[in-house]
Amino acid sequence: MSRLHTLVIPWLLACLIALCTIVPLGVVMLSALTPDPAIWSHLIDFTLPELFKNTAIMLLGVGAGVLLLGVSLAWLVAVYDFPGRRIFNWALMLPLAMPAYVLAFAQVGLLEFTGPVQTWLRPHFEDMRWFPQIRSAWGLVLVMTLAFYPYVYLLSRNAFATMGRRALEVGQSLGLSRSQGFWRIALPMARPWIAGGLILVIMESLADFGTVAVFNYDTFTSAIYKAWFALFSLDTAKQIASLLVILVFIVLVLEQRSRGRRAYAQAGRAAPQPRLLLAGWRGWAATLAAGSVVLVAFVIPMLQLAYWASLDFANQFSSDFLGYAWRSVSLSLIAAVLVTAIALVLAYLVRRQGSQAMRNLARVATMGYAIPGTVLAVGVFVPVAWLDNQIIALMGWGGDVTAVFKGTLLAMLLAFVARFLAVAYSSVDTAMNRITRSHDEAARNLGCSGWALLRRVYLPLLSGGLFTGVLMVFVDVMKEMPITLMTRPFGWDTLSVRVYNMTAEGMWDQAALPAIAIVLVGLIPTILLSRQRDVA
Amino acid sequence: MKKQVMLAAVLAAFSGVAMAEEVTLYTARAEQLIKPILEAYEKETGVKVNVVSGGEGPLMERLKAEGTNTPADIFMTVDAGNLWQASNMGLFQPVKSTVLAANIPANLRDPAGNWFGLSVRARTIFFNKKTVKPEQLSSYEDLADAKWKGRLCLRTSKKVYNQSLVGTMIADKGVAATEKVVKGWVDNLAAPVFPDDTKMLEAIDAGQCDVGIANTYYYGRLLKKNPNLQVGIFWANQKQNGVHVNVSGAGVTKHAKNPKGAVKLLEWLSSEKAQKLYADIDMEFSANPKVKANATVASWGSFKSDLINVSEAGAKQAEAVKLMDRMGYK
Repeated sequence: MSRLHTLVIPWLLACLIALCTIVPLGVVMLSALTPDPAIWSHLIDFTLPELFKNTAIMLLGVGAGVLLLGVSLAWLVAVYDFPGRRIFNWALMLPLAMPAYVLAFAQVGLLEFTGPVQTWLRPHFEDMRWFPQIRSAWGLVLVMTLAFYPYVYLLSRNAFATMGRRALEVGQSLGLSRSQGFWRIALPMARPWIAGGLILVIMESLADFGTVAVFNYDTFTSAIYKAWFALFSLDTAKQIASLLVILVFIVLVLEQRSRGRRAYAQAGRAAPQPRLLLAGWRGWAATLAAGSVVLVAFVIPMLQLAYWASLDFANQFSSDFLGYAWRSVSLSLIAAVLVTAIALVLAYLVRRQGSQAMRNLARVATMGYAIPGTVLAVGVFVPVAWLDNQIIALMGWGGDVTAVFKGTLLAMLLAFVARFLAVAYSSVDTAMNRITRSHDEAARNLGCSGWALLRRVYLPLLSGGLFTGVLMVFVDVMKEMPITLMTRPFGWDTLSVRVYNMTAEGMWDQAALPAIAIVLVGLIPTILLSRQRDVA
Repeated sequence: MKKQVMLAAVLAAFSGVAMAEEVTLYTARAEQLIKPILEAYEKETGVKVNVVSGGEGPLMERLKAEGTNTPADIFMTVDAGNLWQASNMGLFQPVKSTVLAANIPANLRDPAGNWFGLSVRARTIFFNKKTVKPEQLSSYEDLADAKWKGRLCLRTSKKVYNQSLVGTMIADKGVAATEKVVKGWVDNLAAPVFPDDTKMLEAIDAGQCDVGIANTYYYGRLLKKNPNLQVGIFWANQKQNGVHVNVSGAGVTKHAKNPKGAVKLLEWLSSEKAQKLYADIDMEFSANPKVKANATVASWGSFKSDLINVSEAGAKQAEAVKLMDRMGYK
């Protein structure tokens, strides 16, 4: 009986969690069976080739960019000491709080022909054609890199902070130089964290619509939106989305394969090693490098937003505003805790069960992050509305009753689980990778197993990963638009709904104030949590 | 049975059904452009108006998924293309109202009464006052001429406004001639196409390009901020079929819970008083011809508009999108 329990219950639970994603994914992918030949032949002739090319350029560029920026900054902050390090430790995470499309709009606004930079330069130069066109592939790669590098930075910094300095020490004892120690020991050891961050970036880039729209850069999402809103074929849109899902699944499986069966546990919690001091110009060079990233990715765009907001501040700042902010914060907090808790259960089940099948189920459960929010919102809303209609018909209500689940917080939260499970899962899962099997065995020898093991051994060891998960989901929900728009209960207008209403008509100066509020509210947990994490 | 009634009552209380009359409106027209007018209606009649805002595509899917259990009584959106699609999906019910028929001209509403235009937007030519004289301009088609090479700015073809413009062009002169025009536009571009009309007008102002096509209310908004704008307005195609116009509009949903209240609200929105508010808030033109435009809008002069029924654009939209894809207009 108890054997049956231990066999069945984990699977049941995992399936239940995966269902949150499988149902909307299923709604999206079912349409793949009925392609519209007229539209598809047009797409294949005129859009798909360019779309694949553009997507590849974007992924390669952004992938290389976030690795370069995220890993090097994480290494710098985790291992070395230089002027301002304590500030950069958290300041480098600030761009996480800024929605990518807001950063895009601010940067394009600054660097375009009509922007202040070129306007200022123009009188000094006869010919301005040397100035690069920001609305181009390189501009997009730059903006996305600046917006998304904190995912890699955050996850790999956590890895380096606890084992980077030890890795160098081990390297030294083996006669390796510092750079050899980095390349041959620290980097390979941190690989699961770096890969976890990179995969989040890839999924987010693929699902992004707002940023590519500012650049008018055609990727999968542009094709999805075009098929839906311009050719009015939601089915075709879903089919392109299915293609995207398959692509992401392949990437995930490949990553998992290449990681193989290597173990990434840490042999106990050693006392932290002292940081290496970067003296003289080296220290200031580090300060300059980290400082310019924070400046370009956060401070300058914030100043641009502040300028826009100041133009119409009196009209914009009303008592409604506190309501938007309050609803944003409470919604994000509930969602962040819920999603991270579910991610914890899932990661624990995968570890306990250890089978490939369970691992794949977890992969599927975390795929919602790669689907454009609007498409996923439909995938969530359609089954919920269907269920409502069935219940109403069954109970013979009719008349005044129009909703049971739809338009409730529950439906909205389920949608957020589908969308953001990947974010929490990647940080919880990588943190769990570092708990050795000997922990399990020791605990079991002491009579501690099952959920007690999770509570008494894992939770304390995982607190860092859990905090990271809660933080990232919190900030992501703050920024999220399409699901909030589609599933929110009456009157649940949040800051991002406000931003949507303004930007939909191109009123960027009026969207600036709620956008700033999103960033500021997102900053509070960012700063609080990163301070907590710097103790090590 | 008793239990069911109780449960229904509890659920009704949860979903906030009050005693006062209510009308629920799904709108893809920006919420801040409609809220003040609806508040005036609430004050005048005591009817409560619930508003759900969102993108037009997701809202239509929502209406479809909700089916008979939708709380929406009215669906409001911009562009005849979207209205045509919604009525094609069977989301509206036909309305017969003498008030609406009297207030809204026939070419601005659906012949079957599924939807009614509530404001008119004109999409015309704008130019840099320093480099272009109005005499050099004539029509949308003329902007494809080689004399504008490296001088034209356009918004992305992904915006429905451009799809409707090209759609009516296809309806008017056929595919081959329209292809030539669009190809010419693409060849003349001075900069990559812009994500919105505002950015494009600013580029004309700054001298990045000399001519472009935009909706007039974006120009009005910019003028409000900067009266010294170096951009002039030119009414296109006055010697041909007239300026391309489109509408924002609304219809009563097929499964409206309060269809009478919905019609009443639409009739009120078409009245002179409401039309003045509705159009002026965004510097659009009112659909009701009895209402005069505000001073700024009136100062741009009167113009002949294309009399083709705006729903034609909807029927040709998909064709227009494919045509622009083929010609490399992104």
